[in-house]
Amino acid sequence: MKAYDDLVFKSDVSYSKTHEWAKKDGNIVRVGVDDYAQGALGDIVYVELPDVGDTVKANAACGSLESTKAVSDLNSPVSGKVVAVNEALEDSPDLVNTSPYDEGWTFEVEVADSKDFDAMMKVDAYKDFVKNLEN
Amino acid sequence: MSQSRYPGTRGLAFKEPLLWERAHEGRIGISIPEQDVPESKLDASLTGPAPKLPDLSEVDVIRHYTRLSSWNFGVDTGMYPLGSCTMKYNPKINEAVASLPGFANIHPLMPESCLQGALKLMYELEQDLLKMTGMKAASLQPSAGAQGELAGILMIHAYHSHKGKQRSKMIMPTTAHGTNPASAALCGYTPVPVELNKDGVVTPEAIREVMDEDTAGIMLTNPNTLGIFENHVAEISKIIHDKGGLVYGDGANMNALMGYVDVHKMGVDVLHFNVHKTLSTPHGGGGPGAGPVVVNETLEPFLPVPRVKKEGDRYSLCFDAPLTIGRLQAFFGNFAILVRALAYTRTMGHMLKDATEIAVLNANYIKAGLKGYYNLPYPQASLHEVIFNDATQQKNGVTTLDIAKRLIDCGYHPPTVYFPLVVDGALMIEPTETESKADLDGFIEAMRAIAKEAETNPELVKDTPQNTMVSRPDETLAARQLILKGE
Repeated sequence: MKAYDDLVFKSDVSYSKTHEWAKKDGNIVRVGVDDYAQGALGDIVYVELPDVGDTVKANAACGSLESTKAVSDLNSPVSGKVVAVNEALEDSPDLVNTSPYDEGWTFEVEVADSKDFDAMMKVDAYKDFVKNLEN
Repeated sequence: MSQSRYPGTRGLAFKEPLLWERAHEGRIGISIPEQDVPESKLDASLTGPAPKLPDLSEVDVIRHYTRLSSWNFGVDTGMYPLGSCTMKYNPKINEAVASLPGFANIHPLMPESCLQGALKLMYELEQDLLKMTGMKAASLQPSAGAQGELAGILMIHAYHSHKGKQRSKMIMPTTAHGTNPASAALCGYTPVPVELNKDGVVTPEAIREVMDEDTAGIMLTNPNTLGIFENHVAEISKIIHDKGGLVYGDGANMNALMGYVDVHKMGVDVLHFNVHKTLSTPHGGGGPGAGPVVVNETLEPFLPVPRVKKEGDRYSLCFDAPLTIGRLQAFFGNFAILVRALAYTRTMGHMLKDATEIAVLNANYIKAGLKGYYNLPYPQASLHEVIFNDATQQKNGVTTLDIAKRLIDCGYHPPTVYFPLVVDGALMIEPTETESKADLDGFIEAMRAIAKEAETNPELVKDTPQNTMVSRPDETLAARQLILKGE
């Protein structure tokens, strides 16, 4: 697990309490897990994603991340319909570890409104949240 | 670390290749007689390319598996403090009793008059389980702990259906065993997680907050997976019952309570036993197992069938139970396991209480011995197991996994690691009553030495085990590039 000072935070994404990040472009929200989560999980060996067309519920599990330590839920921070999934993760689950905010994104959701997204933490609030967890 | 102090050491161990590497074309194990009937071709649609099996002689195969078995580690070899698993020694008398021809050679389709001994044994084991828990009735049908759980939740489901209104949720503390939410979900209930307080237990307030008339009940492991007794259990049960719910007791940790705690008085409506843990039947390798359930008056009508009935001196199987959840399997599960369980309760007798006492004492002895060497996230009083983590060693980059691997070098099976999930980097130690003080001292000494090494020579700890035939596998590579067939 990474020390707090080594964690990478992005200011152009929003964060959930369960350590997913989300980035909104129009009514499409791209979701991934953040640097804290990938570090805590360890080497990811399998990613189970939702199917395109699935309906996902905010803060509910819609897939899973399997590391050598454990299988953890992958949550969607927003409600809506899945319109794309990162198929590269099927052969290269390690992208979640090596590039959590970029090539390791997990899925995209079409949302009806921005209510769920707006309720997520901005980077400063999230940094405080993680710092508190460490203590 | 001077290895000579610990049971783990070097000896003449044999290298052993994969069977495919041992093979020589044309070698065979046995010669089968020449074919003396005309060949009959199989339909082409039924045939395909043959798997590539290695050509081996009998002695090749025997040496292969015998050598591999010499690399193995079991509770017959040494201390096996795998937390949550209760790896107690399985007395060999249980094996002798289970092998008696009268038990080993019977068949479930024999007439009842020929099965009286087997039925009596089952009846008496049920009575022992009831005595140990204070409950009203039992079923030995479930063939594993997880099926016992499923049986319990199916009964709770049947109870609510019978009352006329099914419910949709089941409360589940975050210290629940992993199969609990799965059992609830299989019966159509949505698990509702409940967090612990800082003392590592569930509070009545937390339960009051989530319990409502759409919640079927709670699944509670007591002591919980932190080894801590849920001291509010009676009040929690009352809250659940007041709203029409039922209490499922996960009996996985009965080794901490056996003979001491009246489960009925805790307000539990149904509880399962893991006989392979608490009652010392063989463990591991996926079975065979047994997961009997005991219930109170409320759930008795819903027990699986058939039930063993006693009338005078005669025993029979009774199917007459209109509200039953039905059969859980054909016949009666892994009967020989039940024989071993009864052999254990009868050879132990009143000393079952002593086993509980020593199991708790041993865990607390280790807790006291390692306090200060490893971080103790929940220092509260605990029972049959103790959970440390790697917070102290992490400062030098040494993790729980490294500590576990180094312990193998010392000749001890590692504790359970990274479980329960509520503790980051958990090292979950459950010595059971099996270990003597001398053996516990050896284990404590090894753990202390590892803590010291983690400070003075962390790189060494990270590069272990070194005494085993196979060193640390690359778990990530193995999982990412799975090879599932030999060739």
